[in-house]
Amino acid sequence: MPKIPGLIKGLGVTMGTLGRTVRDGADTVQYPHAKEAPPVRARGVIALREDNCTACMLCARSCPDWCIYIEGHKQLAPPRRAGGKPRQVNHLDRFDIDYALCMYCGICVEVCPFDALFWSPEYEYSEPRIADLLHDKTKLGEWMETVPEAPELEAGAEKKK
Amino acid sequence: MSALLAVEIPYWGQSLLRVLGGIVAVLLPAGTIVYLFLFKMMSFMQSRLGPMEAGPFGSMQLFAEVGKWLQKEDIVPAEADARIYKLAPVIVLLSTFLLVVVVPFGPDAYFVDFSAGVFYALAIGSVSVIGILVAGWSSANKYSLLGGLRAAGQLIAYELPMVLAVVGVVIQAGSMNLQDIVVAQNSGSIFGWDGVGFPFVLTQFVGFLVFMIAVQAELTQVPFDMPIAESELVSGYMTEYSGFRFLIFFIGEFATAGVFAFIASVLFLGGWGVPFSWFGWEGLDDVDNWMNIGGPLIMFTKMLVLTGIIMWVRFSYPRFREDQLQRFAWKVLIPISLANIALTAIVKVAV
Repeated sequence: MPKIPGLIKGLGVTMGTLGRTVRDGADTVQYPHAKEAPPVRARGVIALREDNCTACMLCARSCPDWCIYIEGHKQLAPPRRAGGKPRQVNHLDRFDIDYALCMYCGICVEVCPFDALFWSPEYEYSEPRIADLLHDKTKLGEWMETVPEAPELEAGAEKKK
Repeated sequence: MSALLAVEIPYWGQSLLRVLGGIVAVLLPAGTIVYLFLFKMMSFMQSRLGPMEAGPFGSMQLFAEVGKWLQKEDIVPAEADARIYKLAPVIVLLSTFLLVVVVPFGPDAYFVDFSAGVFYALAIGSVSVIGILVAGWSSANKYSLLGGLRAAGQLIAYELPMVLAVVGVVIQAGSMNLQDIVVAQNSGSIFGWDGVGFPFVLTQFVGFLVFMIAVQAELTQVPFDMPIAESELVSGYMTEYSGFRFLIFFIGEFATAGVFAFIASVLFLGGWGVPFSWFGWEGLDDVDNWMNIGGPLIMFTKMLVLTGIIMWVRFSYPRFREDQLQRFAWKVLIPISLANIALTAIVKVAV
């Protein structure tokens, strides 16, 4: 035989929630008509800053799903100082992330030593065709606009070089 | 029903009217319950809005759902006993239609005037067990079979307290005719004061509680939803059903809730009547003709209140374990209702 006060209290909780929903509106948002702002650090989509990428392949190798495809070639860049030798740099030809495979673990963002990958809270990029979920480097670059500003460093923290 | 229109209607016309009336009396409560309580009340209790897109405030959602189910393929498992498998949901819905026949909606607005209506209602109310058991067995699926057996055990266990709870009302009214029970409640008086008649819920409150708990279990609504416990049995006896046969089970569940609420309001809350003293009516023959329109509306309101309580309980509680469920029926509800009968009989004879 269950305790009566708990049973009555349970009925009170549901009826109270009903009253609150009628009075103050629901906690949910009617999605296509109104949008809920995701938290700033939400893992929506991964954006690529192409200039920072050196095609080092660390992200592609650490990806558990193998959903990052990188191709690059070596080329000569002009020397930093006048009269120096031309530098050899890796040029990025292809950088694709297949969001049909991605599981949003964020290891690629963590592992990138050159700050080329960023989390963006943008989440509305579903596609009717699964093949369209393969985002190439132009599209990944466009996501950079949605990446929020990095938060202020704590006072006394070491500045990144 | 024919007296309602005060014209002579041929037999086929009366039959047609009865069939239409029966369909309305079963489907209208079912639709209202599903929209008002299952879609809206449950959502609000969970701090969300429920369906909002189909029609104003999602009121057409039900038609969309029915349309969806009608389009789906009617699958019969290869191992299933196909003929019985197809028949089972019809048996369940049929018992609901047979049950609504007994309910009086007004002085002349009834389908059949049974002299032992209570007996008929309780007998027909348990026909759905056969449909459920048959559905579980013929699906050739272990989850369905377990669900069907659980449903049979539960429905038989809670049939008894339900019958025993009604006996108190029958003793007090001195009749098994539902129409007489309504009249007895509305022409009665409390210590000479006849302002509200004498609804039996006042003296038979224990019986009313036991009856409502038993109804909750008969409908396999949530504290008693062991037969369709989705976390262990997928969907119990309904597991293999799809398309319109699932729809029939679904309608049956909520239509039966409405019909049982009708019967509960007839037995305990005064049914279609208003207290006869308000208008100076002496008995059933004096009741004005407009009650044939007002009666169904009063019944509908009472039905909504009662199903609202059933659904409120459903949305608030977790489910019983199988042994708790059986123990609750046999060791708590049945002794209480037996004591209630004894007490009612003693008071009836003494007063």
